[in-house]
Amino acid sequence: MKYDVAVIGGGVVGSMILRELSRYQLKSILLERQEDVAMGASRANSAIVHAGFDAKPGTKKADFNVKGNALMETVAKELSVPFCRNGSMVLAFSDEDLETLETLRLRGEENGVPMLRILCPEEVWEKEPAISREIKGALWAPTGGIVCPYELTIGGIENAMDNGAELKTNFCVTGIRKDGDSFVVVSPEEEICASYIVNAAGLFADEIARMVGDDSFSISPRRGEYELLDKTQGTLVHATIFQPPTKMGKGILVTPTVDGNLLTGPTSEDISDKEDTETTAAGLDKVQKLAVKSVPGINYRNVITAFTGLRACPDSGDFVIGPAKGEPHLIHAAGIESPGLTSAPAIAPEIVRLLGEAGLPLHPKEDFCPNRRPFPKFREMSDEEREALVQQDPRFGKIVCRCETITEGEVLEAIHRNPPARSVDAVKRRTRAGMGRCQGGFCGPQVVEILARELGIPMDEVTKSGGKSRMLTGKTRGEGGAI
Amino acid sequence: MKKLDLVIIGGGPAGMAAAVAAYEKGVRNLLILDREPQLGGILEQCIHNGFGLHRFKEELTGPEYAARFAEKVAEYGIPCLLNTMVLDLETESDGTKIVTAVSPQEGYLKLNARAVILAMGCRERPRGALNIAGTRPAGIYTAGAAQKFVNIKGQMPGKRVVILGSGDIGLIMARRMTLEGAKVEAVCELMPYSGGLTRNIVQCLADFGIPLKLSHTVVQIHGKERVEAVTIAAVGPDRRPIPGTEEKIPCDTLLLSVGLIPENELSRQAGVEMDPVTGGAVVDENRQTSIPGVFACGNVLHVHDLVDYVSEEAEIAGKQAAAYLDGCRMDAEMFPVSGKDGVRYVVPQRIRKGAAPFALYFRVGDVYRDVRIVVECGGKTLVSRIKKKVAPGEMETLPLKAEQVSQIDGLVTVRLEQKGAE
Repeated sequence: MKYDVAVIGGGVVGSMILRELSRYQLKSILLERQEDVAMGASRANSAIVHAGFDAKPGTKKADFNVKGNALMETVAKELSVPFCRNGSMVLAFSDEDLETLETLRLRGEENGVPMLRILCPEEVWEKEPAISREIKGALWAPTGGIVCPYELTIGGIENAMDNGAELKTNFCVTGIRKDGDSFVVVSPEEEICASYIVNAAGLFADEIARMVGDDSFSISPRRGEYELLDKTQGTLVHATIFQPPTKMGKGILVTPTVDGNLLTGPTSEDISDKEDTETTAAGLDKVQKLAVKSVPGINYRNVITAFTGLRACPDSGDFVIGPAKGEPHLIHAAGIESPGLTSAPAIAPEIVRLLGEAGLPLHPKEDFCPNRRPFPKFREMSDEEREALVQQDPRFGKIVCRCETITEGEVLEAIHRNPPARSVDAVKRRTRAGMGRCQGGFCGPQVVEILARELGIPMDEVTKSGGKSRMLTGKTRGEGGAI
Repeated sequence: MKKLDLVIIGGGPAGMAAAVAAYEKGVRNLLILDREPQLGGILEQCIHNGFGLHRFKEELTGPEYAARFAEKVAEYGIPCLLNTMVLDLETESDGTKIVTAVSPQEGYLKLNARAVILAMGCRERPRGALNIAGTRPAGIYTAGAAQKFVNIKGQMPGKRVVILGSGDIGLIMARRMTLEGAKVEAVCELMPYSGGLTRNIVQCLADFGIPLKLSHTVVQIHGKERVEAVTIAAVGPDRRPIPGTEEKIPCDTLLLSVGLIPENELSRQAGVEMDPVTGGAVVDENRQTSIPGVFACGNVLHVHDLVDYVSEEAEIAGKQAAAYLDGCRMDAEMFPVSGKDGVRYVVPQRIRKGAAPFALYFRVGDVYRDVRIVVECGGKTLVSRIKKKVAPGEMETLPLKAEQVSQIDGLVTVRLEQKGAE
């Protein structure tokens, strides 16, 4: 099988690029090493659409951030992904911080961020009564927003697949070689051929680059730990609340999520293991201590889960976007750390433009449809919509996850729509089943059963997230199992 | 819209007992709604025995105990809608309630009810609330989820198990997993005492040689895809891990039995006043909530340790809902009840002026020996009783006689007094 373009990496950047490619008369494929898409940084991050005042003017980060922010609304609407322009604030706790805010404001204006304003404490408290009484002011950026990063990734890939693109999961690229003009992309199981490659491999983008002899950059993981709280805490603040940035990042933030939870974090710690997503007691402790500095009323008894995300930090400090050194047919979309989620919708057309410059013929598809069929969300429907849906398909009348009000119909959509869910976590990311306050205590067994039935496998072969992560170890004695 | 006198939300032990009691008091136009495909609630997966000792003087299994009530429900012909999830509860301007529910068979439905009994039960506290550091692999379950896998689905969640928390479900699952051939390495309990019933500690751990590690907790989970080990540590009086006491136990499964939380999202949404300590509604001695005509009973009101008491409480709610439907006014002056000096909470939280005799249910916050339980009202001592031992895991019941109830004319406090304390 020969493809025009192979995109390596199924994160939000790969997703947006695949979708952009599907606008053209091309045979494109996305290769993902994990069993599902959105498994790296796109699964675990702050879920923030940044306004764009952080990055230094003139950098790629600054450019794509502001452009991506402007594009996000349309992309989210087309892909039917929840997005909310809730605005963001950077708090100042000292006079020195106030100076930092002024620097950020000027920097933002230079980057083209609209409507930035410094608020006095009273204005802050009027907007956000839960904010600390210790603050001296805040930078207000009304264009800041929140989005669900994995839903955006999944939505983009589904839309791309609806427009003819392909997806291969469990394809771990171990080598790339040239065969005439084309590349052969190798995994332990199979090989595929492609004329062009896009490197959107996140933390592993430097390793992909080295496979074609490009050692011009390296990527190191930076660990960020988060705590997610129940919806009872989700209305504590409306905007995204930042602390003044430091060298290591944008500090600990407190933000509502598009699903109504409260998210706090991240810590920021440079590590060496690209797969170390453990949470630590010290990290979680730090998140809590610093988050209550901004919003003292957070009740951490309502934590529903903690997680660690790894940002892909490039040694250059800026996004690596452009052809590989010595290999013009491989285009990097690498080192996409924060504000990567925000930037992704703007990076994608740039990558396609670069592919065109490198010689890829770009003929638009006449029948490209930018809209993804909305994923049915029973919990968000009106009475009339619910009534009609259940009448049409009674499986939408069976509530599987009671915390989040997720129906069996939604679980089935997750399993049967592209990109298909094959594990308990994949169902969770698509539907929110198991994401509520009981964290799958009630719906877990049901989701396992539905997956087994729909995939035609025994229950004990169902995994939490692919590989060896089996949920069960066999049957009980009464069912004929043996220990 | 279908009009009903009484809708009972939940068909577990509380809902069934409430429905039966209401029926016996003459309510005929009633309906039980339950989200599961059968009545019985959590009892269906509790296949061990020990249920009904107080009520039936017999040791029944969970399904047997449930069957006693389900048979009554069937005998009386009380209608039930199963596979039905209630999504919303609202009060109309005329005081009737609108119950919105959905099921595959009935579709999306709205019911109008003059009275509602909340009997939705409780759920287990998940890992997130504990903040255990480490990875997030497969193999971490609440004890109840594991119980469902083993007893209902016939599937084993793991072979080598560590259990965190010595709540009753955790203790029961330690024995259950052992009987199915799994090895239970240890049960760790953060507190210096178990939260479970003494009989379960003996019958489920001691009899099988499973170590109970008091004042211990799990500090880290290891394993990328499936649990490979957990690190446990001793905790000090401040309940924080003591450095240097860590011990890594290889295992493939971590079961959590770290507390139950009344499932009151619906009640909160309906505007029912809640008790932050019980996690359930604030009720009077009739089990009526702050919304007239809305009653609550069973584990949705406060977590019980014995189902016998759930049935008892549900019968109060059922009878009183019937009285409410008969036009009995329940808007008399209310006197608050509160616990102090070691008493964590008391149910009911309010007593109506002129109340009939009733019982106070309460839980203590720590283990106390040789204590005096004192119930007071405005300087008068209503009850004073000596108890050899009280513990957080065992709910206390204190019946009040008519002459004691008649003395209530203000705040009622329930407190512990150290017997012979210096």
